[in-house]
This record gives sequence, structure tokens and C-alpha cells, in this order.
Amino acid sequence: MTSTNTLLRAVVWPGFLRSAWPWRGLAYTATTALASGLLWLVLCGPLAPLVLAVEVLRTTGARSGQEAPLRWTGSYVLVAAVLGLVGVGLLVLVGPRLALVVAAVERWRLRLADDGPTSSRRRGSLYTDPATWRAVAYLLLLAVVAPVWLGVLALAGLLVVSTPFAVYHRAVGMAATGSAVGRAAWGLALIPVVLYLASAFGGAHAALARLLLCGEPDPAAAELVEVTRSRARLADAFDAERHRIERDLHDVAQQRLVSLTMQLGLARLDLPDDSPAAVAVASAHEHAKALMVELRDLIRGISPRTLRELGLRAAVEELAAGSPLPVRVDADPGRYTPAVETVALAAVSEALANAVKHAAATEVTVTARRSGDLVTVQVRDDGRGGADPSRGSGITGLADRAAAAGGRLLISSPPGGPTILRVELPCAS
Amino acid sequence: MRVVIAEDSVLLREGLVGLLSRFGFDVVAAVGDAAALVTAVGETTPDLVVTDVRMPPGFTDEGLRAAVALRATHPGLAVVALSQYVQHSYASELLGSGQGRAIGYLLKDRVADVAEFADMLRRVAAGGTVVDPEVVRQLMLRGRDPLDHLSPREREVLALIAEGHSNAAIARILVLTEAGVGKHIGSLLAKLHLPVNDDTNRRVLAVLTYLRGQQ
Repeated sequence: MTSTNTLLRAVVWPGFLRSAWPWRGLAYTATTALASGLLWLVLCGPLAPLVLAVEVLRTTGARSGQEAPLRWTGSYVLVAAVLGLVGVGLLVLVGPRLALVVAAVERWRLRLADDGPTSSRRRGSLYTDPATWRAVAYLLLLAVVAPVWLGVLALAGLLVVSTPFAVYHRAVGMAATGSAVGRAAWGLALIPVVLYLASAFGGAHAALARLLLCGEPDPAAAELVEVTRSRARLADAFDAERHRIERDLHDVAQQRLVSLTMQLGLARLDLPDDSPAAVAVASAHEHAKALMVELRDLIRGISPRTLRELGLRAAVEELAAGSPLPVRVDADPGRYTPAVETVALAAVSEALANAVKHAAATEVTVTARRSGDLVTVQVRDDGRGGADPSRGSGITGLADRAAAAGGRLLISSPPGGPTILRVELPCAS
Repeated sequence: MRVVIAEDSVLLREGLVGLLSRFGFDVVAAVGDAAALVTAVGETTPDLVVTDVRMPPGFTDEGLRAAVALRATHPGLAVVALSQYVQHSYASELLGSGQGRAIGYLLKDRVADVAEFADMLRRVAAGGTVVDPEVVRQLMLRGRDPLDHLSPREREVLALIAEGHSNAAIARILVLTEAGVGKHIGSLLAKLHLPVNDDTNRRVLAVLTYLRGQQ
């Protein structure tokens, strides 16, 4: 399904009656009736002077044919004119504002009949924004057109609802049995018709509501979304590539190196301790052992396996264990998307490295918390502070990665410390 | 001693077979994945299993899963798991099986020191507990307050206990008398409020539990 689902589209589906849409249609229709009724109640305020004015004019017209004096007629017309002006003034003042309030409520109600996004944008002042006048048009639709189709629907609904009573009446009233059965069948057959009718009318109303109340999408906003997505794709592609390199290094280079080191270890056993070969092999063996450690650290820097397999908390704890500083870790155990976990861990890694290299810190605290749809990772050290994001590429690179993942990076590092680095990343549940 | 080896890298697997044969182990099967490991153990009833943690098809912790399962179905089977990295949760899970008897968790790096590696395998096969020194080092790094009260010598002894060495072995490594080692052990266990115990395995577990609780 490429386009979003709406009530009007659902009506023509073959499986319409088996879906939830008829009920959504009924709910939308029922709430439309309620909204229309309430609207009329509110409209009584500004409409009352107008109705009064018309009434005054009517009585004046009726009397003018009789013996009423002319000055009476003149004052009646004046009263009617004042009333009319008050009514029109009230309508102009209240109408647009009322229309916007109704529009907000109706956009919210539209979710019953429409799965698409229901947003609106304001441009200019109340009276110059086209959205205001579209909302006024919708007000008229809800006040004038909606009662018409609601009336038709109410008639059909009444036929269905009255079926049990009518059948009972005919059966008890000793009328022909055929007619009671016929009435029952007719009432039953009308149920789907009413459901279809309610959904079709409701759907058409909802479609008009969407047209009038939900402004056309901003093309600039759409482009921005596309740019953000493309940046996120790029970041994902980098992560995938790092992952591949890590796997290749692990599967090939690391295994071979372990094997080679083991062979050198075995070779040492067979060489007499005082032979020149023994010294050379021993040296090669030590080099190979050191290389194993270096290669493992290198691979871990490229793509942390612990992060992928066990999640952010385990990976942060591993980083903390490897740090020469005492690091307190206080993290939620949850898992997030790979992009979020990668950026979060990169931030912790960078902050820990800075705490050691530049800040001369003696203690670091790492917290990772989730609240709602946001993960907040914070690293705080007690070092000398004064970190300048523009100086090194580490922090700016991190900020770029955070932005590509839809989040942001904040840093506070006054001279004298403490330095606090915080990354906030979105994580849809 | 009958050994089954499970390691998916052919090169390393052949290397391990050569190494173990060289040190007098009887390698009865060498397989490349976890399912084959379970089958091989069922068929050959070995004394010791040496398995890679990460193996096909998922390349995550298949070897570890198989090892834990085998410990449940074959009580007393000695298992040494080899890992490329220190992963504390894996180490904890493995050491928790079978009350920590006849179990080892080692980095693959240990293979390089061939004689020492063979010695560690023998210790595990004899019912001992062997934890990689790197795991112990990382756990001790996380340690807080009570660890600070230990003397440097006591910290050395604590690390060796956690690696599964007996009093006699610790005395040999640190060039002390066995009575001296006993004194250090009594003192450090008291400082950490751990039960004084002569059973090496239970002492190892107590120390590991203590260190893990420090994180």
C-alpha cells in the first residue's frame, strides 16, 4: 500500500465489512453529528441578532400594510439594521477564530477516518492566512451540508433500529406472517447498507475536511527530510563497511596470527636453548604475541563486537574496564538501533580518551538513560576542562554523526572543569 | 587424556591438534561447528572439550551455548572455552555452570605460550577452574574501596587465586613458602569479608563473585 488508508478508499475494498473500517466510519459519523450539533449551539450567539433583525423586519412588513404610523416603521428598520450590524460584526470577529478552533478539533477527529498525518501550518495574520478561510469554508460544510447527509443516514438507521419493534408489532397484531418475515429480512439487509452509507458519507466528509484543514506539505520540509535521510544512509553505509572490515580482519588475519604464534611457540620447544636459532625464534614469538594484542585493539576500535552482540551497556563497561582511569558506569540495559548504539559508544570512547589525554581527570562517570523516545548518554570527568570543540576533529566528527542519526551533541567544559559531554539520540520504540 | 576440539578456523584447529598431540593429549575428534561438537562428544565421551566461543552458523556464542548444554547433559565433563575477546557476561555464564568445577575461560592469546596453555588444560581436566588473567585484571581494575586496602603482595595473590592456582602453585610462582601464602590468603579474605576456605575451586568462585560484584 503506497498511499495512506482513508475511510473513502476503504469503502471500495472487497474486505471492507470484515475490517475495522465500518466501525471507524460509524464512529466518525456519530462524532460528526455531535460536532455539528455543538457547532450550532455555539453559532446561536452571533446568529441570534441576525435572526432577531429578520424577525423585526418581517413584523414591520406585515404591519406596514395596516394602520401603523410611518415613524414606527422607520424606527423598526433602524433597530433591525443595528441588530444586523451587531450580528455581522460578531460573525466576522468570532467566525475565523471559531473556525480555527473547530479546525483543530476536526483535525484530531480526522484520525478516525484517515491514517495520514494531520498537520497544518500558519502563514501571516488571522485574516490574511488562506488556512483561516479554508477553515471557515469547513465551518459552513459542517454546519450546513453535514446535517443533510446525517439526516438521510438517520432515516436509514431508524429503519434498521426499528426492525425488532416492527416485526413484533406485525407478529402480535396477527397480520400476515409473510409480512413480518419480510420486514425482518428487509431490516437485516439494510444493516450493511447503513454501514456502507455511513462510511461513504463519512469518508467523503473526511476527504473534504482533509482538503480544507490539512495544509499542503511544505516542499522545503520534504527536501530537508530527504537530505537527513541521505546523510543517515551514508552513515549507515560507513558502519556497514567498518563491520565488514572488522569481520575480514577477525576471520582471516587474527586466526592466522594466533596460529602462527602458536607454531612459533611449538618451534621454540624443539630448539636447544643456546642455539642462535632459538634466540631468533624467541624474538619472533614475542613480536607475534605483541602483534596479537595490537591487532585485537585495532579491530575493537574499528567495530566493537561487544556492542553488536551485547548492546551499549556491555560495550561501555568494556571500554571502562580498558581505561586507565576509574570509570563509573550507570547505564540502562536496553538495546537500540545499530546507528544509535554506534554513535553513543563512539561518543563515550572519545570522551574517555579526552579525559585521559587532555583533561588530566582522575575520575569519570558515564550514564546512559532512556526516557521516552530519547537516549541520553553523558560522560562527566573531573579534569581541568577548557575543551574546545573547534580545535580537534574528534568532537566535530561526533557532532556530525549524532546529527546524521537525528540527534545532537552538547558539550560543557568551562576552564577548571568539569567537562560534560552529552549525546541525545532519538530511539523510536 | 581424550580431548575433543571445536574451532571453525581450519588453520587454528590443525594447530591445536598438533599442539595437544605434542603434549601427550589424545585428540579423539576435531570439528568445525557447535552441532558437530555435541555429536562428537556423544560419540567419543572425551575427558575434556576445547571449544571456540564464536562458531558457525551465527558467529556469536554458539560454542559457549554448546559447552553450557554439554555441561548439563554430561556432568563432570571438563570444558575450556577460547574467546577472541574478554566478554564478562559470557565468562560469568560459563563459570556458573557445574559450580565452576573443571571449567576454563581463556583468551586465544594463551595458545601462544604452548607449554603454559597445555598446563592450564590439565588443570581444568583435573577439576580446576582457570580464568584468563586478562579477565581478572579487568575485574580488579573496576574494584573499589576494599581492594585499596590490600597490600601489593595480597593483590598478586588475589589475582592468582582468581586464575585458579592452588596454594602450592602460588607459592612456587611468587617464590614464597606455602605457609606464607596461607597467611596472605587468610589476611586478604578477611579484608574482603570472604569465607576462609581450603577448597581451591570454591575459593576461586568466591573471589570472582566478589570481583564481579564490584563493578
